[in-house]
Amino acid sequence: MLEKALSGSRRYWAWVAVLLALIAVGFSTYLKQYHEGLGITGMSRDVSWGLYIAQFTFLVGVAASAVMVAIPYYLHNYKKFGKIVILGEFLAVASVVMCVLFIFVDLGQPVRVLNVLLHPTPHSVMFWDMIVLSGYLLLNIIIGWTSLGAERKGFPPPSWVKPLIYIAIPWAVSIHTVTAFLYAGLPGRSHWLTAIMAARFLASAFAAGPALLVILCLLLRRLSTFDAGRESIQALAKIVAYAMSANVFFFLLEVFTAFYSHIPEHMAPIRYLFFGLDGHRGLVGFMWSAAILAFVGIGLLINPSTRKNERVLPFALAAVFIAAWIDKGLGLIVGGFIPNPMGRITEYAPTLPEIWITLGVYSIGLLVLTVLYKVAIAVREEESLAAHG
Amino acid sequence: MSVTRRRFLKLGLTTLAGIGGAMALDGFWRGSAEASEVLTDQKALKAKHWAMVIDSDRLKSAENVQRMIDACHRTHNVPDFGNSKDEIKWMGTETYEHAFPGQENGYLNEGIKEKLFPVLCNHCENPACVRVCPTQATFKRPDGIVAMDYHRCIGCRFCMAACAFGARSFNFRDPRPFIKQVNPDFPTRTKGVVEKCNFCVERLEKGLPPACVEASNGALIFGDLDDPNSEVRQVLATHYSIRRKPELGTEPSVYYLIGGGEEHA
Ligand code: SF4
Ligand code: SF4
Repeated sequence: MLEKALSGSRRYWAWVAVLLALIAVGFSTYLKQYHEGLGITGMSRDVSWGLYIAQFTFLVGVAASAVMVAIPYYLHNYKKFGKIVILGEFLAVASVVMCVLFIFVDLGQPVRVLNVLLHPTPHSVMFWDMIVLSGYLLLNIIIGWTSLGAERKGFPPPSWVKPLIYIAIPWAVSIHTVTAFLYAGLPGRSHWLTAIMAARFLASAFAAGPALLVILCLLLRRLSTFDAGRESIQALAKIVAYAMSANVFFFLLEVFTAFYSHIPEHMAPIRYLFFGLDGHRGLVGFMWSAAILAFVGIGLLINPSTRKNERVLPFALAAVFIAAWIDKGLGLIVGGFIPNPMGRITEYAPTLPEIWITLGVYSIGLLVLTVLYKVAIAVREEESLAAHG
Repeated sequence: MSVTRRRFLKLGLTTLAGIGGAMALDGFWRGSAEASEVLTDQKALKAKHWAMVIDSDRLKSAENVQRMIDACHRTHNVPDFGNSKDEIKWMGTETYEHAFPGQENGYLNEGIKEKLFPVLCNHCENPACVRVCPTQATFKRPDGIVAMDYHRCIGCRFCMAACAFGARSFNFRDPRPFIKQVNPDFPTRTKGVVEKCNFCVERLEKGLPPACVEASNGALIFGDLDDPNSEVRQVLATHYSIRRKPELGTEPSVYYLIGGGEEHA
């Protein structure tokens, strides 16, 4: 089926060329990082994780969100999602690929990465995260590819895929829960030491992931013959609205606990993020933009008249997506390190090389996504030709 | 009360365990366990739980502390990059407010408020860094020392996020050009790995006290916390001591005596 990705319009090839160019820039910047060390990034002794790990965390959420399509379709027989279930699975594949790459580019000694397997360490959450992520990647590749292959031949998916589909549902929840546990179990990081972390992760994932999926569906409708159908788009948009509401609600719970208890170290990171601390205001603009976008997005998505307006819808979804990205792909990780364990402040801003590498990884993910979607759509086109021809 | 180096050594001799017994050494360089057995020195200092008491009253000036830091960093080939972003430190200094956050108040004795306290890895009994390390490159030895295998570390920096004491540093670049004078008796590190204080395991093996203890003029007391007759135990039994962030349950093995300025008996 992969050969279907090899023929396409000029626009398709131009897009692929842009991605390849970005990948090339990212890769050559990575070589520089490989030789000189992570010193070329903005990370420091105090803020020892930055953009890379934050993108990893955010994208685990996007990957997990495939279940928001799978659950209604497979468990509740919501047929309208039949067409997009494969798009959700392929989005998960591309996201997990990016997650793995973001971890990889963050390693100080990438050639030793296999030490994680050579010395398996069950008391490290990272060990479990690796297991659940690779399992999830495999599940989605197998499920997506065999279902599509079967569809092409006009058969229902083989029966052995069914149990995998059911396993993939709790598995998706597990990848984001385990990822939250990377942070939520550390004794000295008050911003992360919260029982609601995994729940927050899932809520923001179930908002950002489906939001991206709908945006992709709207794009595909313009660029190809694929139409997800109005009803499934509306259903997904509702999921986004309520997941994002839950996400904002959970965040407000954190604010209450920190500020009503008035425990300094619980308040400090939130203060830093939204108001700045001792004149350090690096993320204040981002965080307030996120807050405004979140409320605007939720408002537009809950209100039926704006949600149903397909000219407004993409903006509402983009607002939610960007808000979730700032919250998790920037604020959450960096905020956990500021102030440092001694109560001192070192700020963080990514460097240009760090941004290029990040864009490079995103381009690899987009390329994987493009190829997989191209194949999926070509198979569908073939089918409808056969049906009508 | 002061502890001289001679007394320290005497104390060390009493804790000297039987012959052979690579036990305490096993695992320092995991990758070369046999090699460390060969290196086993009968003079080696041994303990069930190494601990340190920092007698802050005896740290009269910032120079006192700096001397200890220099001794440590020289011994262990710690580079000096000249910027705080890439900084590597095994021992640093913090004021009371930052070393013991949450325990300060607005009316602290000036002497304590201004004083620079040495801060280093606490060699915690329940080390979060060991718990999170996905490769066991950071591990706890049977003698309580939290050690590292620089050859196994993948540089994921999970341990840095987990340590609540800011004790760990990462080699953001190749440290070698920034080491003023290389000590051939201790390995240099490569870029991309984490490092921290090792309680001078390599010196204990040779029967020597940690470099900072040696340079401390008696301000640092080092010994076996499991031995009721050890100097550290005696000091802790007779003086009021505190530890950094005890509420987190990591059980630091570094204790601080905060005397308030007057000499204690
Ligand atoms: S002080 Fe930090 S690095 Fe040292 S043992 Fe404790 S948790 Fe680990
Ligand atoms: S950076 Fe090295 S020592 Fe620290 S957790 Fe990762 S592998 Fe372990």
